[in-house]
Amino acid sequence: MKLSCVIRNQHFQFSSLKEVLAKASEEKSGDKLAGIAAESALERAAAKVVLSEIQLKDIYENPVIPYETDEVTRIIYDDINQQIYREICGMTVGELREMILRHETGQPQLARLSRGLTSEMISAVAKLMSSIDLVIASQKMKFQAHCNTTIGEPGRLAFRCQPNHPIDDPEGILASIKEGLSYGSGDAVIGINPNNDSVESVSRLLHMTHDFMQKWQIPTQNCVLAHITTQMQALRKGAPIALMFQSLAGTQKANEAFGVNKEILDEAYHLMLTEGTSTGPNVMYFETGQGSEVSLNSDHGVDMQTLEARTYGYARHWKPFMVNNVSGFIGPETLYDGRQVIRADLEDLFMGKLHGLPMGIAPTYTNHMRADQNDQEIAGMLTALAGANFYMGVPGGDDVMLSYQDTSYHDDASLREMLGLRPLREFEQWLEKMGIMENGRLTPDAGDLSIFGEG
Amino acid sequence: MDLHDIDHIASRVLEKLEERLRNRSAAQEKREDDPIIFSMEKKVMVDHPKNARVIEAAQAITPARIGIGRAGTRMKTHSLLRFRIDHAAAQDAVLRGVSDEFIHRLGLPILHTQADTLEKYLMDLDAGRKLDDASVEWIRNNCPTGKQVQIIVSDGLSSSAVEANIPDLLPALIQGLEMNHITYGKPVFIKRSRVWVQDQVAQLVDCDVVISLIGERPGLATAESLSAYMVYRPTPQTVEADRTVVSNIHRGGTPPIEAGAYLAELIKDILAFKASGVKFAASRG
Repeated sequence: MKLSCVIRNQHFQFSSLKEVLAKASEEKSGDKLAGIAAESALERAAAKVVLSEIQLKDIYENPVIPYETDEVTRIIYDDINQQIYREICGMTVGELREMILRHETGQPQLARLSRGLTSEMISAVAKLMSSIDLVIASQKMKFQAHCNTTIGEPGRLAFRCQPNHPIDDPEGILASIKEGLSYGSGDAVIGINPNNDSVESVSRLLHMTHDFMQKWQIPTQNCVLAHITTQMQALRKGAPIALMFQSLAGTQKANEAFGVNKEILDEAYHLMLTEGTSTGPNVMYFETGQGSEVSLNSDHGVDMQTLEARTYGYARHWKPFMVNNVSGFIGPETLYDGRQVIRADLEDLFMGKLHGLPMGIAPTYTNHMRADQNDQEIAGMLTALAGANFYMGVPGGDDVMLSYQDTSYHDDASLREMLGLRPLREFEQWLEKMGIMENGRLTPDAGDLSIFGEG
Repeated sequence: MDLHDIDHIASRVLEKLEERLRNRSAAQEKREDDPIIFSMEKKVMVDHPKNARVIEAAQAITPARIGIGRAGTRMKTHSLLRFRIDHAAAQDAVLRGVSDEFIHRLGLPILHTQADTLEKYLMDLDAGRKLDDASVEWIRNNCPTGKQVQIIVSDGLSSSAVEANIPDLLPALIQGLEMNHITYGKPVFIKRSRVWVQDQVAQLVDCDVVISLIGERPGLATAESLSAYMVYRPTPQTVEADRTVVSNIHRGGTPPIEAGAYLAELIKDILAFKASGVKFAASRG
C-alpha cells in the first residue's frame, strides 16, 4: 500500500490508511475538532491522490477500527459476500469510482457490487466524487422496502409526518398530524419524537396514532421515536407499533453511549416480527448522521464520513424500512455551515444507497450554525434529484420540540410537484379518496386540517 | 443596568408604540411615514377552510406552525417572513451571554470552563466540558462535599433560557429537595459550559446525583427552553445513556415551577434506585 505522493514537487507522506481517509475528506469542522483534518488544501488533494491508488484489498485488510475490538466492524465484515469481494479486491478506489459512474453499470450491478464492499471502501470512493458524481451515482440506485406501505418505488417520494409537541400533548400532536396529512405528508410513517420517554406516555401516543390510522383507514405506519428499550417495553405491554426506531452510530463505543448493541437490536427486531402490527418484512427505522461519534468522544480518530458509512454497514444487518440521515442536527462543531451540510447530505445519500439501503435525508440546520433556509432547500432539491426515498415533514419547517429546522409539509408537496413524483401507491389512493390530491397535485382543499372534522 | 433590563425596557417601549400606532390608525388615515407593524399573532391563513373554528382550536393547543395555508405548494408571504424573523432572533440569542449581575442576583457564584471565547466554546466541545484551574480551586475551597445532590446552572446555548426559567425553577427544585430531606451542596453557575462538566464537578464535591440546568439551543418557537441532565455517581466510564434528561422546560412546555417539583421527585427516585439514564428507566418501568 503506497502512502506517499509527490504533487507540484511537494512530497506528502501519510502514516496510515485511516489518516489518508481523514485527510481526503472534504472540509468539515468535526474532523478539525478531532484534529484529523487535512492541514492545507494541497494536503487534502494529496490524500485524494493516494486514496485513488489504494486497492480495495488494502482497505479490507486495514479496517479503521479492529474487528476484535469493535462490534460495528464485526457486523460489517461478517455480512460481506466473500465471492463478490474476491472479484473486485484488486480494483483501486479510483477505478471503483469510474466503474460506478459508467453507463453500463446500473442498479443490478451496483446492488451486487454492494454485497462485496466494506463501509470504508464506500466512504473512500465517495471522497473522490464531486457533487454531480454523487447525484448521478445515487440516481442509479433506489432500494425498496415494505412495512405496511412499499417505499422506494421509482417515481415515488414519501414523507414522515413529524408532529412533535413540547409536552407530548396528544391533542396538539393530532392537530399537526391532520395538518401534515392534508398536505400529503405521512406515507413513510407518522413518527413522533417524544419529550417524555416513559413507557406510559410512549404507549399513549402509540395508541393515539394507531387509532387515528384505523379510524381514517390510512395506509401507513406509526412510530414513537423513544429509546428502543422503552419501545420494547411498550410493545410487550400491548402498545401497537408498526415501525421500531433507534439512533445508530459507526462505532461500538458511540452505540454504547446510545444504550444500544447487537443483542438489543436483534431482540427488538424479532419482537417486532412476532408482536408488531405491521406486515413487514422491514420493521425497523434507523436515524444516523455525521458527527455523533466525535461529539460523544467515541470516534477513535476516524473521520465523520467514514464513521457514517460504517453506521450504514451496521444498520443494513436489520433490513430497515427507513434509514434517515440527519447530518446537520448537531451543530457547528461538526458541520459548520450550509456548504458542509449540503456536501454531507450528498455523501450520505450516496453511501447509504451503495449499502443497498432505503435511504431518506433530513437536510437540517440548527440555530447556532451558519446555515439558513436557503441552504436547506438547496440540499432538499439536490438530494431529491438524486433520488432519496423520503424526507421529514415538519409543520412550517420548525420543530417546536427538538428546536431545529427540517423540511416542511410545504417542502414535501413542492419536491413532489417539482420533480413529478407521486406519494407511495397505497397512500396516493387514500389521498385521492380524501380529496387531498388529484393526478399527483394537491387539490384546492389540501392544506386544510378541518377536513378531518373535530374528532 | 444590564442587557436584560435594556431588553425589558425596549420591549415595553415597543409595546407602547404599537398600542399608540394601533389607536392612531383607527383614529386617522395611515400616514406615509408610519412604520410597518409586523404581527406575530397566529391567524387562520387557510383559504376557504371547511371549518375555520376547528383550525383556530387546533392552533391554540400547539405552538407548531399549522393552519398557515399555502400559495401553490409554498408558504404564504407572511408565514415565510415570520419564519425568517424567528430564525434571525434565534441566531442572535446564541450570541448573547447571561449578565453577571443577573447571576449575582440569584446568589450563584460564577465559575468558568476552559472555553474563554464564544468561538472556542461553539467549536471545541472539550473546552466547555472542563473547568478552568481557578474554578477547580474555588470549588475545592468553597463547596461542601459528601452531599446527596449538587446543582449546576449552565448557560449552554441559550442565555434567555437561564434568565426566563432559573428564578422560578431553582427555588422550586431546592424546596422539593428539602421537602424530601435530600441534602444538597452549594449551587453554582458555570459560564460557557456543556453537560459533561457535571462529571468533573460531581467528582470534586463527591455527591450522589449531579443535576445540570442548562439552556438548550434556541428554537424558532422559543429561545427559552431549558433542559435538566441528571447522572448518578458519574465515572470516566459514564456514557450518554446513563444520563436522565428532562427537556423543554419553559412556559410553553413544562413550566419552571412545575418542573422544579418534578425534578426533585425524579432525583428522589434516582437516589433510591442508585442509577440514572436507561438503567433507571428500565428498573422504574
